[in-house]
Amino acid sequence: MLDGEPLVRWRWLGDHLGYLGDLTADHAVIALVPVLLALLLAVPLGLACARFPRLYQPLAAVFNVVYALPSLAVFVVLIPYTGLATRETVMVPLTCYALAVLLPTTVDGLRAVPEPVRQAATALGYGPWRRLAAVELPASVPYLIGGLRVAAVSSISLAAVGALVGRGGLGYLFVDGFQRTFPTPILAGIVLVALLALATDLLLVAARRVLAPWARGVAR
Amino acid sequence: MNWLGWLHDFFADPAHRSGPDSVVHRVLEHLAFSAEALGLAALVALPLGLLIGYSGRGLFVVTALAGVARALPTLGLVTLAVLLAGVGDAAVLLPLTALAAPPMLVAAAEGVRGTDPDVRDAARGIGLTHPQTLLRVCVPAAAPTLLAGVRTASVQVIATATVAAYVGLGGLGRYVIDGLATRNYPTTVGGALLVVLLAVAVQLLFALLIRLAAPPGARPGPRTRSRRTGGAPTDPAPVKTDPADSPALVKETP
Repeated sequence: MLDGEPLVRWRWLGDHLGYLGDLTADHAVIALVPVLLALLLAVPLGLACARFPRLYQPLAAVFNVVYALPSLAVFVVLIPYTGLATRETVMVPLTCYALAVLLPTTVDGLRAVPEPVRQAATALGYGPWRRLAAVELPASVPYLIGGLRVAAVSSISLAAVGALVGRGGLGYLFVDGFQRTFPTPILAGIVLVALLALATDLLLVAARRVLAPWARGVAR
Repeated sequence: MNWLGWLHDFFADPAHRSGPDSVVHRVLEHLAFSAEALGLAALVALPLGLLIGYSGRGLFVVTALAGVARALPTLGLVTLAVLLAGVGDAAVLLPLTALAAPPMLVAAAEGVRGTDPDVRDAARGIGLTHPQTLLRVCVPAAAPTLLAGVRTASVQVIATATVAAYVGLGGLGRYVIDGLATRNYPTTVGGALLVVLLAVAVQLLFALLIRLAAPPGARPGPRTRSRRTGGAPTDPAPVKTDPADSPALVKETP
């Protein structure tokens, strides 16, 4: 309970702007680098799954389970390998979560390419691999970006839990505020996490407008 | 790494065999407040989602809301709620409900929205009223999608309920947090493993439910199994991670 402590101490915020900025930058790295890594893994894996459909079922099953793993539990289990309070302890699981979101969307996107488009490419002399990379992959960009939006926003929100194992960017504000019964940092943390997520989301929407102008208005 | 040794220490500890810190008690606590949060979320989100999906109005709001909710850090909400309301079930229940509601809302709306319009017209044509069409035609057809949404919500809530221990409540997170605080590694690893097992078990349970809930004609029985997938049971309706995936939306949004 708060004993007369105001919900927000504006002076504290004013005094700690630089600190909040540093935490936000750290949070962005911890949360978003894994998403980029996952994208780099998801595209070749997705292409392989689209080319060899048999691969997809087992991979999808594995990642379904991975997505169910509680982040805190995974962070804890990784500590002996990656160390307490290191970035890796948080970033390795986040990469797996992002991949679990991105792989199905990549494969869905590749599969959603209309058959006539595929046939037209074949008629133009494209082999299966070249067609995948030059026609089907660009055509699935709206799906990929849809997946990226979900993955990035969840990753930003999940990274905060890393604070419980000593490395959570803005999540540290929750631990700090809770231990001192001081709501200002907690509120600041929630707002900054949400703003970071919003900014990332808008950036991805802008990227879709540029990379896939034909998909305008399709998304939410 | 002496994993097995840790797990042995964890399960051999008499405190984990009986009493308030026993595994069974912690699992039940964990399931109890996960179920409370899920029930509360379902009560609010499912009817609303069904109505929105059926009327087709407000879909944009639903997806935008789900996006915002996904960005809210549960740890922040839980700590803030405890500071404001004191340690208690409500402080954890509300953030977990906020976590569970969006996937259910989106799944209900998308599921009903995805019913074949011809089937809906047919239902109206044979004289069913709108509520009847929704409950007798759209809901059964949307059941797999709906359940997939409930599954997503359940798994997320069970995984996140671990955080509740941080603010002094029970559940399996108790082991993880207490073990971390006292550098008692077997306890932490044992607790983490139990959460993982629980989450996977719930996921498998839902995989089964989803198969059973599919209308008989759409069930992957021996006849309809395709040769290509070697008869592997397929998830009939994975939750769309992005509404842009939904063909209905692709066609109809301006």
